[in-house]
Amino acid sequence: MSKVMTAEEVVGSLESGMTLGIGGWGSRRKPMALVRAICRSPLTDLTVVSYGGPDVGLLCAYGKVRRLVTAFVTLDSVPLEPHFRRARQDGAVELTEYDEGMFMFGLYAAAHNLPFLPTPAGLGSDVMRVNPELRTVRSPYADGRELVAVPALEMDAALVHMNRADARGNAQYLGPDPYMDDLYAKAADRTYVSCERLVDTGDLLKEGPVQSLLISRAQVAGVVEAPNGGHFTDCSPDHGRDEAFQRHYAQAAGDPEKWAEFRERFLSGDEAAYQDAVRAWREEGK
Amino acid sequence: MSGTNGTSGTVTATRAEVCAVACAEAFRGDGEIVAAAVAGFVPMLGSRLARSTFEPDLLTTDGGPSLSAEAVPLGAAAAEVEGWLPFRDHLWLVLNGRRHVIMGPSQIDPYGNTNISCIGDWERPKRQLLGVRGGPGNTLLNTTSYWVPKHSPRVFTGKVDFVSGVGHDNGAHEIRVVVTNLAVLDFATPDKRMRLRSVHPGVTVDEVVQNTGFELAVPGDVPETRLPTAEELRIMRDVLDPKGLREREVPS
Repeated sequence: MSKVMTAEEVVGSLESGMTLGIGGWGSRRKPMALVRAICRSPLTDLTVVSYGGPDVGLLCAYGKVRRLVTAFVTLDSVPLEPHFRRARQDGAVELTEYDEGMFMFGLYAAAHNLPFLPTPAGLGSDVMRVNPELRTVRSPYADGRELVAVPALEMDAALVHMNRADARGNAQYLGPDPYMDDLYAKAADRTYVSCERLVDTGDLLKEGPVQSLLISRAQVAGVVEAPNGGHFTDCSPDHGRDEAFQRHYAQAAGDPEKWAEFRERFLSGDEAAYQDAVRAWREEGK
Repeated sequence: MSGTNGTSGTVTATRAEVCAVACAEAFRGDGEIVAAAVAGFVPMLGSRLARSTFEPDLLTTDGGPSLSAEAVPLGAAAAEVEGWLPFRDHLWLVLNGRRHVIMGPSQIDPYGNTNISCIGDWERPKRQLLGVRGGPGNTLLNTTSYWVPKHSPRVFTGKVDFVSGVGHDNGAHEIRVVVTNLAVLDFATPDKRMRLRSVHPGVTVDEVVQNTGFELAVPGDVPETRLPTAEELRIMRDVLDPKGLREREVPS
């Protein structure tokens, strides 16, 4: 059964007010083609769950985010994300701020249908102060330790970007780090995979070893072929981070006038128009 | 400012090199654990220098998820790889404990509480920074040190705006040292308040005190931070950082 869809169809299946998980990590293997499609859509009022990068930045810039659940937002080689900063400083987004490990345990809990998982990470820090809904539990064993009960990070849908997938939704990563993408897929009610290239099922193991088959079709509702769809984030080995373009993005994002130009030039059309505009921009720079 | 902060034999070490050796010293005695120096070039160089010299069992990365078979030069990918450490395993190691991390704080207080999340009120920050990242878990469960490339009262503040890394009064496992461009600080006081351990060659105690926004414990006799040996200088300059990235972080 083919689950191949377009990015527009994926976005069309989502609703305003949903909780949306986004895979990747910082400015690494982000499903940017799907994020750009959300920016073009009327969707709004989203709760976004993400180890944040430009996915969070763009969605903030387009006013799509009501609440963000994260441990950080960064562009990695550019430490701070200008759109996210502005949104926070303007009070435009609510924030649930967790430690990175707490966040992972929230994903694990949701993936395993557990209400929470205990961890000491977070204790003593202001994460406990700004998340007053967090509860602690005491170990029932001899150690009697107090631990944070990290609630399951339940999500209506998750978006991840992978290197390869087949039409059934089996998805493969070929880079050096799976990030938490399999956990998002297992945790969310439904998951959409965009990929650099669709391949026949029989060809998946020609691309990488069996351990690289990170996500099973049983967790996947739809697959989108999106070549360069992680741009400008790192999606090695298909493409590294486009550092020059990321710098261009970050400079534009810090200045309303430049951002209006950037948005008009790169983001006013569909994904094909975006990729064309990026190519033209790169040619100019040569 | 002179770049000649000290001499070791006939060779002159730069301030950045003194700082890198101080970061290397932070790992002395750590043995077979992961040295996660995420705060910049100088601590990264320090961790790899420690591994190349007096702490050969340390595990270090090439900046990505590969554990390199040997300490590799800054910016280089590992030619030979001995292991794999994706982000999820860093987070496992935080709980496991066999890890010593060097982070870079935007603010740090007398007990070693640190902030990388935001400046001002968290509800509506004046300046949003990174977010807490792994700070809460790292500091509660792993040995943690800090690297501050520009020692100033803005960073060394009586009270941090947000506790993203816990200090000794909030349950820290061990805040070992704070290495800055001016000095090395530790918490070897009865109440685990910050203390001036050593000043880098060419820096006065007064300079450090003036650039610290709270009362620092200052022993009667403050030694100088040790100088790199000739062999350490050779390794830094010829092997681990031939491009001199360390000098960009701490201009002489």
